[in-house]
Amino acid sequence: MEIKETAVAGTLESSDIQIMISKAADGIQIDLQSDVEKQFGDQIRSVITTTLNEMGVTAAKVKAVDKGALDCVIKARAIAAVQRASQTTDQPAWEVL
Amino acid sequence: MKNSVDRDLPEDVMKDLNYQPFESTEIGHPEIQRVAPKVHVSTGDDKVVTSIKAVVKDTLKDGMTISFHHHFRNGDFVFNEVMREIIDAGYKDLTLAPSSLTGVMNDMVIEAIKAGTITHITSSGMRGSLGDFVSHGGLKNPVIFRSHGNRARAIEHGDIKIDVAFLGVPNADALGNANGMAGDAVFGSLGYALMDAQYADKVVLLTDNIVKYPNTPASIKQTQVDYVVRVDKVGDPDKIGSGATRFTKDPKELKIASTVNDVIVNSPYFKDGFSFQTGSGGAALAVTRYLRQAMIDNKIKASFALGGITKPTTDLLAEGLVDKVMDVQDFDKGAADSMHTNANQQEIDASWYADPDNKGAMVDQLDVVILSALEIDTKFNVNVMSGSDGVIRGAIGGHQDAATAKLTIISAPLVRGRIATIVPDVTTVVTPGDSVDVLVTEYGIAINPKRQDLVKSLSNLPGVPVYTIDELQQLAEKKVGKPKPLEFTDRTVAMIEYRDGSIIDTIKEVKD
Repeated sequence: MEIKETAVAGTLESSDIQIMISKAADGIQIDLQSDVEKQFGDQIRSVITTTLNEMGVTAAKVKAVDKGALDCVIKARAIAAVQRASQTTDQPAWEVL
Repeated sequence: MKNSVDRDLPEDVMKDLNYQPFESTEIGHPEIQRVAPKVHVSTGDDKVVTSIKAVVKDTLKDGMTISFHHHFRNGDFVFNEVMREIIDAGYKDLTLAPSSLTGVMNDMVIEAIKAGTITHITSSGMRGSLGDFVSHGGLKNPVIFRSHGNRARAIEHGDIKIDVAFLGVPNADALGNANGMAGDAVFGSLGYALMDAQYADKVVLLTDNIVKYPNTPASIKQTQVDYVVRVDKVGDPDKIGSGATRFTKDPKELKIASTVNDVIVNSPYFKDGFSFQTGSGGAALAVTRYLRQAMIDNKIKASFALGGITKPTTDLLAEGLVDKVMDVQDFDKGAADSMHTNANQQEIDASWYADPDNKGAMVDQLDVVILSALEIDTKFNVNVMSGSDGVIRGAIGGHQDAATAKLTIISAPLVRGRIATIVPDVTTVVTPGDSVDVLVTEYGIAINPKRQDLVKSLSNLPGVPVYTIDELQQLAEKKVGKPKPLEFTDRTVAMIEYRDGSIIDTIKEVKD
């Protein structure tokens, strides 16, 4: 899936994560801010990377501001951000859900 | 060296500071010698001065121990004004021994440490930028954390020898008779400051309200006071405590509160003449409201409520559901006002409240206490001192002291955001699991297996599922995942004393 524009999903509420995805030349770069960075930073990055990979995204710049979201929330926000950024919201990627 | 809660203690630091490892919650019946302060004799005619600078110059020398109280909480002006003068005068190597440190003091303490003015600290707790600074190794000597009862014990023993106490009060007469109840910046009980007034060699009162002599009721007495300093303002009344305490609407907190109430009402202690202590958190306040209804329904009255007092508790006093309120500090204006008007709300000092080395403290007579936790582990050990990132961000308060009650209930949500509250091992042991009886979460309760009597009385309550604490820990982990272990260096930045003065745990410098 190709990232065509910058798009965002999620809020800055407690237990949510806000994920912003924009174009990049190649590779997935994640800039993560999280209150639980020490304990769950690696896990959060891994959930985002895996979700993007599953959706066929190979190049993207990701900015994530985490407020203690659980893995299921992180995955949902990542999917929504990718679909918006790739202008495919009218074709939900059911297979990754 | 390991103590009885399986914490590895640094042998060199233990030896340097002459500490014993924690063994047991039992205090026993040792014979104790208390200390007495020096008295500089005077008829008391020249106590009033207008310059903090002059008093500091008269009383303070390098290497001394100074103290403050934290009854003004985040509305405190006195601490920063006095510390400003002390730093500017170039004093070195002081020990700071306040009853606790509030957020408004943080920047000044950090400045004083950097200037070499303060080199040692003992406190009930610290938060925010100061906790962060200390956890990152900002202070060379480890901070000593003591509970309110233990601070009283340490002062009486001479472990904390206060040379000069700087005590802000909302009123005082020219000789130093003072209380916390009248004036602009009222906070009610002077409970923690009474220790300093009684045991410091030099007692300096600071007030914005000098009243006619003799001032009564006198919580601090003229026989204890060396100086009365007139200042512009001792504090900001709006920041001392909230005006009216709001009742939580959070369904999770309400669920926990109603379960706590179920546990109390179905315990053997809920009978006429029982006693209780609740904290100031949302769930604790809600418990008071449920308990009120249960007391009315069952025609049961309490003999006393203890500890840090809030308006919901003084409302019970006004209603006649509680006979006496034994008040060491007031968390809101309602509770402070009630102390002024209701003779059954008795001001008590920290020793009377909770000092273990005593001829009986109030906590020794306490039936039920509801306490909170940042973390609780599968051994029922509680942490109220370090955050999930390992950084100091809390206070012991009266936690260890009140936990000696006959029924100690810890109320805590299963998880907070992505952080599990119930963990295999707490980051820092503050209150040993031996003194904890029941954990209440929004999912159900866990009963300490050593309390088989409670297992019997609480096991078949409708709507109150009973789990083992291991099951609750696993449930929490299933929700949030397994966190990466925190990383610390070998350097000790804080020692946690148990209330008897032994070491229950230490805090290490965090690795970033």
